[in-house]
Amino acid sequence: MKPAPFAYFAPASVPEALDRLDQLGYDGKVLAGGQSLIAAMNFRMARPAALVDLNGVSELFYIKPAPQGGYLIGTMTRDVTVEIQPEIKKNYNALTQAFYTWAHPQIRNRGTFGGALAHADPAGQLPGVAKALEFRMKVSNKTSGDRWVDAKDFFMGPFATVIEPSEMLTEIYMPDLGPRAGTSYQQVARTHGSQFQVAVAVKVVLDTANRCQKANIAMLAVGEQPLLAEQASKLLAGQPLTDQIIDAAAHLVATKEIDPGTDIHATEQYRRHVAEVLVRRALKDALADAMRKGG
Amino acid sequence: MSDEFKVSMKVNGKVYECSVEPRLLLSDFIRHELGLTGTHVGCEHGVCGTCTILFDGMPTRSCLMFAVQASGHEITTIEGLGTMEELHPLQKAFQEKHALQCGYCTPGFLMTLVPFVEKNARPSDEEIREAIGGNLCRCTGYENIVEAVKLASEMMHPVE
Repeated sequence: MKPAPFAYFAPASVPEALDRLDQLGYDGKVLAGGQSLIAAMNFRMARPAALVDLNGVSELFYIKPAPQGGYLIGTMTRDVTVEIQPEIKKNYNALTQAFYTWAHPQIRNRGTFGGALAHADPAGQLPGVAKALEFRMKVSNKTSGDRWVDAKDFFMGPFATVIEPSEMLTEIYMPDLGPRAGTSYQQVARTHGSQFQVAVAVKVVLDTANRCQKANIAMLAVGEQPLLAEQASKLLAGQPLTDQIIDAAAHLVATKEIDPGTDIHATEQYRRHVAEVLVRRALKDALADAMRKGG
Repeated sequence: MSDEFKVSMKVNGKVYECSVEPRLLLSDFIRHELGLTGTHVGCEHGVCGTCTILFDGMPTRSCLMFAVQASGHEITTIEGLGTMEELHPLQKAFQEKHALQCGYCTPGFLMTLVPFVEKNARPSDEEIREAIGGNLCRCTGYENIVEAVKLASEMMHPVE
């Protein structure tokens, strides 16, 4: 298993990378951590004519506090760097839980935060977390400059995002959760580190009376891309998060809001069952997280 | 054929300068160009872990990198870990606890575990299993590997 030949470019700066991507158009492919792309190239499922390797673009490796709260993360920041950042680890429960299930340590040492989003693998954890936690993505372009895209508008389908051929993802904004918010990531997989059958990322915001002000529920592996369960969010809004209402929301998601298929990993019926269990579990865990933080 | 690139990297403390095609995987470069065949190749898509090396001190899959990307970086392979006369504590512990049978996966396990045993004095079973989650062994059933990691950690962090 060896990759097909390709032209290789290793820019040293963002403008240089954007110039190259602009020139290459549809022939160019960005190489970030390569933990999915190079595997696909080894199988020759992917045969890009040219790779633009961002590993030498040092300005794309950073985590910094954002002026409006939360964090700005450079697209090439290694997964492990985000995983072990103490403040992020403490505050972003869902992300910490997702990292624990995220491939293996060697992959997280090389894989990048931006790569996991731009690759938009339907079997990836981060797109779901990004939707539930309302990440924003900075997409850069040589001619039209930068644009910010909300996570809910960023993913178009399996391995597809709004990033155009001559563009690249340069920065991710991970918003502050606020003092009365909790998050959770839950999944079921055959073994630890394997591809999940169903996964759920949740964010819950409480009002001053500990009622649910807002709930985002992102469902993974039950559609072509992570989907937000909007009916369940509406059901929960303004309500105290009792076991009964959480059960009702989980049932609504599993029966009405997802359209899982049957494949070698799981049947539709099994996925609906697991989805219900996981939504319930994630909502309770996110609620506990919010209460722990000062709900 | 695409153009070749000049690369220079330090492997096990020695500087190598070569010319490579960009599509050459780092794992193949280490084995075929440098002749360091202790780094094994299993699945070539990042699942089995047997090609794990230390890339700037971090365990990394050498089958999911190109050799051209390693230029200017520092690599340690199994050949750089211990010598026949003086085994690394991990190697001693693997031998002591029978943590290998056929040995094909062993270099990957050892390179994965080097920073782990350096950092963890008394790791729990769960921590060890998470650390080796990215390495497959079809012989041992992992029990003896977990035992060996515990022993190596004790050897590296003796109680005062």
